[in-house]
Amino acid sequence: MQLVSGSDVSARTVEIIAPFLSLEGPAMPMIHAVQAAFGFVPEASVPVVAQALNLSRAEVHGLVSFYHDFRHEPAGRTVLKLCRAEACQALGADRVAAHAGARLGIGWHQTTPDDAVTLEPVFCLGLCAAAPCGMVNGRTVARLDAARIDAILDECS
Amino acid sequence: MTRIFVPRDALAVSVGADDVAAALREACPDLVIVRNGSRGMAWLEPLVEVETPDGRIGYGPVTKADVPGLLAAGLLHGAAHAKRIGRPEDVPFIARQTRVTFARAGITDPVCLADYRAHGGLVGLTRALGMSQAEIIDDVVKSGLRGRGGAGFPTGIKWKTVQAAQAPQKYIVCNADEGDSGTFADRMVMEGDPFLLIEGMAIAGLAVGATRGYVYLRSEYPHAITAMNQAILGARAENVLGPSLMGSNRAFDMEVRVGAGAYVCGEETSLLDSLEGKRGQVRAKPPLPALSGLFGCPTVVNNVLSLAVIPDVLRPGGAAAYQALGVGRSRGTMPVQLAGNVARGGLFEVPFGITLGELVMDVGGGTATGRPVRAVQVGGPLGAYFPPSLFDTPFDYEAFAARDGLIGHGGIVVFDDSVDMARMARFAMEFCAVESCGKCTPCRIGSTRGVEVIDRIIAGDIGQLRLLEDLCETMKFGSLCALGGFTPYPVMSAVQHFPEDFRPQHAMAAE
Ligand SMILES: Cc1cc2nc3c(=O)[nH]c(=O)nc-3n(C[C@H](O)[C@H](O)[C@H](O)COP(=O)(O)O)c2cc1C
Ligand code: SF4
Ligand code: FES
Repeated sequence: MQLVSGSDVSARTVEIIAPFLSLEGPAMPMIHAVQAAFGFVPEASVPVVAQALNLSRAEVHGLVSFYHDFRHEPAGRTVLKLCRAEACQALGADRVAAHAGARLGIGWHQTTPDDAVTLEPVFCLGLCAAAPCGMVNGRTVARLDAARIDAILDECS
Repeated sequence: MTRIFVPRDALAVSVGADDVAAALREACPDLVIVRNGSRGMAWLEPLVEVETPDGRIGYGPVTKADVPGLLAAGLLHGAAHAKRIGRPEDVPFIARQTRVTFARAGITDPVCLADYRAHGGLVGLTRALGMSQAEIIDDVVKSGLRGRGGAGFPTGIKWKTVQAAQAPQKYIVCNADEGDSGTFADRMVMEGDPFLLIEGMAIAGLAVGATRGYVYLRSEYPHAITAMNQAILGARAENVLGPSLMGSNRAFDMEVRVGAGAYVCGEETSLLDSLEGKRGQVRAKPPLPALSGLFGCPTVVNNVLSLAVIPDVLRPGGAAAYQALGVGRSRGTMPVQLAGNVARGGLFEVPFGITLGELVMDVGGGTATGRPVRAVQVGGPLGAYFPPSLFDTPFDYEAFAARDGLIGHGGIVVFDDSVDMARMARFAMEFCAVESCGKCTPCRIGSTRGVEVIDRIIAGDIGQLRLLEDLCETMKFGSLCALGGFTPYPVMSAVQHFPEDFRPQHAMAAE
């Protein structure tokens, strides 16, 4: 979905957050829903969310920046998260990450120039008995090695 | 029609279980495929089981490519094949366990309430509905249950405080943030037996007079989120949740709230702030969440495993049976999680008291790489690193504390002799710096300084070790919560037990 103008985003945000207005503590579900719809939390969504929650814009920005999951900027078409936590390190997570980074030519939190792939660290996916692990656009993958990374990246180029 | 079981568990799915299920369905469209939870034998996943007159027969690890060959060999009749493991319950890894919390996981269809009932579910809740609040709490106290989230606080005492508080609204909050590396037992409960957690939370609600509950579930667990939401809908449809619990005049309902990737939100007060829609910053205590928790109301915050054992404790005779297991002040069972570089990783539920060495070597079979075990980290990123010389330590809260370690949530991460402990110490500090909520200086600044100091040690400036020690002391005693307060454990245990990794010649060899 491509939305160009800020007012489109605002109007769409009003619709997205409407179902959550009656919840206790609606902020996190709302921001999750906004990010799910747009792929990030657009600047134009912030005042809409702020008004609904009776917060200042700065407070909503504060929320978005506190949590690792939320982003202010769009990501690449594929988000590749690789686990950096201890159990995955014990079976070579560093080597797997280095391979992915070298092949893509990017580091953590960076996106390839063609917007194909964003590489992000994650700290444990609870798959630690099948290390090393990762997540490809929300789909979990385990027992990773350089060959599996290549297969995953071949699919998204 | 033959029933065949292919786990829906996240680990199984991450290594191809959905592909295996699809291949089976395509080859045999009439097959009844049950998507069960995992038995917890990670090295065998995807583990496919088929129902036969001789019981369920397992095959694993099965790939999509194995399916035609397995079918041709007679998979549907439990026939011989290189990947046949026999009956899963006869495999030593399972046979050696005492499965209380995980009695049903892997066996039932996790989101089928009829299956849950048929396997002993809802007995505890039914009994609790006929008891007073004091009687329920008394059973929990008698069981000796201590919180499984890490701190080991007696669950019954916590409930008593919430029960005694006077308030128009109280809450049950389940901590399903499970951020510790090397842990996945909460995930396996939620994916493998979600009604168990629902039943435990409903009993907790009855015990303290709370009618609303939340499961704060980390976003890294998409399969658990799906399973919990499915189970909650199913429970509501049959009055296991809602205005009339099991047809009584008592109410309890709950929902899942998804976290957003902050480790510190596993700390209970930070979690509550996040649920309320704030930045997940740690609150100073007092007030205790038990008295002033979610939205200022009295709140029980318990780990998934603490709540999931409650239905068993509340069955007739359950409290005494649970208390009879374990050692010292660590009563009952612990679902131990074996992870990292281990030959047989997965979930192993045993009474407290088994030694660390038995777990790592006998149960886990040593490393997956076949090299010698050099270190294990117990209790997540804030837990100490132990060398094999401490393998005689019994799995028991006090025994681990006596050796400057902790059990935490029961995760054990195994490393072989290629591990560089200076790098692991650096990682512990870096993790603290990345995940710090920023509220207190020793944690926020101390951890960043800690990374720099370890970098200098790695570069050969061994004089900095004293500084590192001082820094750790400051963090230990000056931090508001265990993120800053316990990061010194992995750091200093690495220095203490593996000093050779912090010496200059090692540093140069590692260049
Ligand atoms: C940094 C930090 C992270 C924590 N993460 C978790 C967690 O992921 N899950 C959990 O149950 N408890 C976690 N805890 C412990 C909780 O604060 C709290 O003690 C626990 O939820 C209480 O439940 P219990 O009594 O059933 O163990 C964490 C504590 C700290 C300081
Ligand atoms: S120790 Fe760290 S995480 Fe804990 S309250 Fe202080 S700054 Fe926050
Ligand atoms: S440490 Fe990587 S999945 Fe747990």
